[in-house]
Amino acid sequence: MTQVTAAPARTRAQIAERTLRKDPWWRVPAVTATLLTIWVAYATVRVFMGHWYYVPQYHYLTPFYSPCINGECVPGSASLGTWLPALPPIIPYALVSLPFILGFRLSCYYYRRAYYRSFWQAPTACAVREPHATYSGETRFPLIMQNLHRYFFWITVAVSVLNTYDLIQAFHGKTGGVGLGLGTLIMLVNVVLLWGYTLGCHSCRHITGGRLKNFSKHPVRYWAWTRVSWLNARHMQFAWTTLGTLMLTDLYIALLAAGVFSDPRIFN
Amino acid sequence: MGEKVTLRVWRGDAGQGELVDFQVEANEGEVILDVLHRLQATQAGDLAVRWNCKAGKCGSCSMEINGQPRLACMTRMSVFEPGQPVTLTPLRTFPVIRDLVTDVSFNYVKARQIPSFTPDPAVGLGEFRMQQVDVQRSQEFRKCIECFLCQNVCHVIRDHADNERAFAGPRFLMRVAELEMHPADEADRRDIAQDDFGLGLCNITKCCTEVCPENIKITDNALIPMKERVAGRKYDPLVWLGSKIGRRPRPAGTAAVPGTRGDSGSAGEQQG
Amino acid sequence: MTDDIERLSYDVVVVGAGGSGLRAAIEARLAGKRTAVISKSLFGKAHTVMAEGGCAAAMGNMNPRDNWQVHFRDTMRGGKFLNNWRMAELHAKEAPDRVWELEAWGALFDRTKDGKISQRNFGGHEYPRLAHVGDRTGLEMIRTLQQKVVALQQEDAAEHGDPEAMIKVFAETTITRLVKDGAGRIAGAFGYFRDSGRLVLFEAPAVILATGGIGKTFKVTSNSWEYTGDGHALALLAGAKLMNMEFVQFHPTHMVWPLSVRGLLVTESVRGDGGVLRNSEGKRFMFGYVPDVFRDQHAETEEEADRWYDDPDHNRRPPELLPRDEVARAINAEAKAGRGSPHGGVFLDIASRLPADEILRRLPSMYHQFKELADVDITKEPMEVGPAQHYVMGGVEVEPDTGAASVPGLFAAGEVSGGMHGSNRLGGNSLSDLLVFGRRAGMGAVQYLAGLTDRPAVSAAEITAAQGEVVAPLERQGGENPYAVHTELQQTMSDLVGIIRREDEIKTALAELEKLRARAANVSAEGGKGYNPGWHLALDLRNIMVIAECVAQAALTRQESRGGHTRDDFPAMSSQWRKVNLICSLDGDQVGLTQQPMAPIREDLLALFDRAELAKYLTDEELPAAVAAEEKH
Repeated sequence: MTQVTAAPARTRAQIAERTLRKDPWWRVPAVTATLLTIWVAYATVRVFMGHWYYVPQYHYLTPFYSPCINGECVPGSASLGTWLPALPPIIPYALVSLPFILGFRLSCYYYRRAYYRSFWQAPTACAVREPHATYSGETRFPLIMQNLHRYFFWITVAVSVLNTYDLIQAFHGKTGGVGLGLGTLIMLVNVVLLWGYTLGCHSCRHITGGRLKNFSKHPVRYWAWTRVSWLNARHMQFAWTTLGTLMLTDLYIALLAAGVFSDPRIFN
Repeated sequence: MGEKVTLRVWRGDAGQGELVDFQVEANEGEVILDVLHRLQATQAGDLAVRWNCKAGKCGSCSMEINGQPRLACMTRMSVFEPGQPVTLTPLRTFPVIRDLVTDVSFNYVKARQIPSFTPDPAVGLGEFRMQQVDVQRSQEFRKCIECFLCQNVCHVIRDHADNERAFAGPRFLMRVAELEMHPADEADRRDIAQDDFGLGLCNITKCCTEVCPENIKITDNALIPMKERVAGRKYDPLVWLGSKIGRRPRPAGTAAVPGTRGDSGSAGEQQG
Repeated sequence: MTDDIERLSYDVVVVGAGGSGLRAAIEARLAGKRTAVISKSLFGKAHTVMAEGGCAAAMGNMNPRDNWQVHFRDTMRGGKFLNNWRMAELHAKEAPDRVWELEAWGALFDRTKDGKISQRNFGGHEYPRLAHVGDRTGLEMIRTLQQKVVALQQEDAAEHGDPEAMIKVFAETTITRLVKDGAGRIAGAFGYFRDSGRLVLFEAPAVILATGGIGKTFKVTSNSWEYTGDGHALALLAGAKLMNMEFVQFHPTHMVWPLSVRGLLVTESVRGDGGVLRNSEGKRFMFGYVPDVFRDQHAETEEEADRWYDDPDHNRRPPELLPRDEVARAINAEAKAGRGSPHGGVFLDIASRLPADEILRRLPSMYHQFKELADVDITKEPMEVGPAQHYVMGGVEVEPDTGAASVPGLFAAGEVSGGMHGSNRLGGNSLSDLLVFGRRAGMGAVQYLAGLTDRPAVSAAEITAAQGEVVAPLERQGGENPYAVHTELQQTMSDLVGIIRREDEIKTALAELEKLRARAANVSAEGGKGYNPGWHLALDLRNIMVIAECVAQAALTRQESRGGHTRDDFPAMSSQWRKVNLICSLDGDQVGLTQQPMAPIREDLLALFDRAELAKYLTDEELPAAVAAEEKH
């Protein structure tokens, strides 16, 4: 109390309604939950499928199987070699990258907001009463682990390098040498956006310059920080479009690999 | 002359009250506060409304308009569907004094717990030299008009009053960030940001940013950078390892201000 | 109705929690005095937050030729030499330290390339002089002072275990009477807590008034609801005197459309940063309104004016940057001549003068204000602006060095005090005024306390009277609606004692005020004591009424036009009237007005001007002999 006249203990206005908002506040969380569920379902099916992940003609490898390290990996797809014996796809072929990418996205400041709101409903929308009786935020295990986001970031940078390597491989013509097809372009777009998402990460922003007190003493890092900040302001957009391009890239390669249609080639 | 609108206003005190309908005239270009003033002048002289500058600069007239936390002076009547009643209720997170006025003293108590600006005492009057790029981040946070809409909307306390003691709220976590980024400040508030002011309770769901009338990017520019700084201090295994093997000794963080909690045995006083 | 009155005891009570009030309170607390700050609104909401442009201080960061003498000269010119010259001197000398002090307390002003505080151009200031933060300087100042108070409370918490042991802010508390002891010394302040309606008596030997202005006396004003002339009225009621209340500043640029935001300030920085005023014919009309006294310093062609922004040393300033009174009158004249904008103002154009991103960077809150409230994008189209009441130069007559009023124990600082700005205040001189004289009033109170041998005792009769006065509107049944009386009073003052005044109109106003005064005495408020705005307004009406009378009487008496006082029937400035201060006092419930000669300006200060300029303002006898002799060579 800032005043000595401690009036009788005051209470909040008792308003029974969960919210008095009249706009369709439930729409965004509902759409978010639906899209995330669809994506996770698709990705789960694909990751455990063990088929149609590589187009040997053009060296197209889906990001869901990169790096392919299982003994089962089809020839040419295992860019880093196979580290495991031939195992059924109950163990994902990209065992060394997928958990970290998943961890990166799960601990991402944007996705946290998205799933806290749409799945956990804490809160469902602003000024809408949430259904939970108690709340401890990110102060306890397991959510305190969100603080490790920066490590997932570093690993994801490595995976993004690998994705870039996969992309370079995909400039492969069917007669050998350099070639370019629609698949290459799709992979290109995907990789560019993945970099945009990865480098726009809040941890990256902190590491490049955010943690500094004086920008003026570190002009290069300040410059980098302004670039990262530009990406960071669009982090949500990158988060969603990369989900889209990941799915599209994978689906495209799957359909090619399954022989549903053939890759339109621009040359070779 | 203007049209009649229906204002559905929460009236009451001591927590008890009800929504009362009023028919009030509204003219082109008017904001909610204009219509509330007309209501006071013509029908309900004792209707309690807190306001001051009526220009979006002081942050006094915070209330909930159709369930959305907003400033009454910056909410134009034209945003509402004609013919529909407009519901006005007091901020839900703070105790109500009367009608649309709430007791926001919670915020002033929190403000007092944060260690103040701590410059190098050797710097004399007029001797500060700071570059614009260095002050810009904190300047954004200093745009805050203390309307407390972010404090009101934050579910951490709005839906869980039991967190009120442990959580300073977005406005004051932003104040911590502001001081941490102040180029001439020398204190280290990272430990207390987490331990005393409840940064860990924030789950960055961004409602504070959504309601900010000054369009301050509270979450992206203050809270998340602060979480990252805290992670660097408290949750970074490499930093921890470094401090254990003595490569980088860890200076003690600045303690929360003693005697400002209003009760004894607080976390703030045990730390330090 | 018998009420328990809460009694609290302090060394110093500061009424008002804006820039000057907080600065005064900080000074008193730093001197070890137990200090109470009374705030009519919440802590940190005071009208100071509305100040946009900046805080004038001759730090010389942008132009090393700037110094206190230049600032003093500008201030005197702006006030048309009616200023209390000692105050103008102290102000010009001490402002830089007060700004730097804010910086040491955590304020983050915009910076120059070499890391100093950046300063911007403003009307009437010869050099870029206003320390600023975008266009929200007042907010920065109030927040810094607020946070300094908090910092002091933290020290006290550590030392005494109670943050409010030495300095305490009473938010949403109104003072209705100052109470005195038998010897006529200040003994305390009486009022009520707005939230509960509970009555309170602050017993204190020293009271500092820092209540701001009187905007709510007028209809179109940029002032907030708090500006009901409380401090002016409290001083009068306590037996102190007001000076030069006829000088009311009508700031030239406010929004005029939509109606609901009429009077919302458009900062002078728009013009300082290159914005120009045009009439409906697209003409930059200000070139036709440069008065003789300012002709030498102002450009005569658009080309020269435009060159000035980049090369101020070799060009003269654009006429858009004339002092506020000149610009306000010019806009008024253009609109009256039928060359105004569709809603009765003129056009202020920044869109064609600066790139959009630069406008956004320098004037962010102006951009949002127009975008959100008027659907106008100021980076693409001109703004419609017109004058509105903004500031009152008149106020409590005080000792320049201490802020002491004529009643022992009473002090005043900031807008509520008079003298500093003469007949017209320069933009940017207000924030610096608050700091300089806030501190001085704090010191003055501390000094006064040191000389006291006994603590003045409150007389019981005064308390009973004060209590009766406060509860009267609640107890009265079926009286007038306070809102209606207030609206009529504002209309009367705006129509008849507004920006341009005439004898017959002022006389009509005085007659109207007489009637309104009777009605104001008979208002009643519905509802109870808990947070009841109707009741609060009923109480504020007393103050607005008495101030309106002071303004009208002084306006009637001063038969000349000068600064914030323009008489249609006496359009010229008179050097005879320059020597006169009009003093308003209260005898019973009758407002009285007397003429009081001004103290002659100290010689070394006069020597800062050349004779030719002085001759435009002063009578021949006043012109300094030494200077006169020099002239002959």
